[in-house]
Amino acid sequence: MYIIIVGGGKIGYFLARQLLEDQHEVLIVEQNAEKAAQIAEDLGEIVMVGDGCEASTMERAGMGRTDMAIALTGDDEDNLVVCQVAKHKFNVPHTIARINNPKNEHIFKMLGIDATISSTGVILAHIEQELPSHPMIPLMTLKGGGLEIVEVKIPPQAPVIGRPVKSILLPQKSLITVIIGPDGQARLPTGDTLIQAGDEIVAVTMPDSEDALRAALTGAPASRY
Amino acid sequence: MRVIIMGCGRRGSALAALLDAEGHDVTVLDNDAAAFSFLPDSFGGTEIVGNGTDEDSLRRAGIEQADAFVSTTRGDNRNVMAAQMAKHIFSVPRVITLIHDPIREEMYRSLGLRTVSPTRIVAQSLREALLAEESVAEESAVAGEAEEGGGEG
Repeated sequence: MYIIIVGGGKIGYFLARQLLEDQHEVLIVEQNAEKAAQIAEDLGEIVMVGDGCEASTMERAGMGRTDMAIALTGDDEDNLVVCQVAKHKFNVPHTIARINNPKNEHIFKMLGIDATISSTGVILAHIEQELPSHPMIPLMTLKGGGLEIVEVKIPPQAPVIGRPVKSILLPQKSLITVIIGPDGQARLPTGDTLIQAGDEIVAVTMPDSEDALRAALTGAPASRY
Repeated sequence: MRVIIMGCGRRGSALAALLDAEGHDVTVLDNDAAAFSFLPDSFGGTEIVGNGTDEDSLRRAGIEQADAFVSTTRGDNRNVMAAQMAKHIFSVPRVITLIHDPIREEMYRSLGLRTVSPTRIVAQSLREALLAEESVAEESAVAGEAEEGGGEG
């Protein structure tokens, strides 16, 4: 395949190296002559100095016969225009844009870019998986009996979503008392009440069972905490 | 008309001043607060510091209620992205963008954006001015010859 990469930063460089190893024909378009020379020294004559957003540069780069254009600069507007010009002026079959501001992901989709990669988004998703943003909040300890009242927010991917309360395997001496919906409405659950994403569950439990209760409700492995 | 102007450089500020003087409700958006000094003292519109390619900044500028959006920065790509967001994401009825590169201008015009190319317009005016100068020079040359002829006769 012939692949044109616009932007010779770190991602562009390592991607090009990998693609070359996989026997693809690669051209990097980089505006900064110094950076371009450095890449050429490492990877050979696969770099062109120029503004990858200019149609004339694209023409010289052979955009008309490329199978794929990948825009990897640090500016979202440049990546958008590279992909749009490649697609509409040169009929490139596949265009991929790097997105720096994760909020632009749906905007690029609406504006017709085939595929987007958001490095910020990927890292954020990992962080959210590792650190649930709403851990269990202890509300109060009841006098005598060592019972606690805690609150757990149901994360979007929790396995209990859509299931009735009676089907959830709660640890011993734990009881779901009130469910506060995402709209702020509190409801007293029966066994048939269904759990929804974003529900805040107020439960009574023993200190020893806290982790198991959180695991049962959020799906996160208890051992992590 | 409620208008948002992205970019408060010479062009953006001049447009903002014109529309404001005509009584339109004008909001200028620029990521550099110093740019607002281009606006005349009489300017009665709203100045907002923000990035025109950022959804939240556009919302702060009131894009959801805007009747028109004009992008006037020096960066073609920024202009094009903001204009497309205004048109396709926020459904602003009237969207116009400056595009300096004539090739990109042609392409985005064919994709349905209303574009203005300063490069094309300036080249055209320069050409016209040049041709006007030339005909003035020719006329005075002809007049000069006639005078000289008259003197000799």
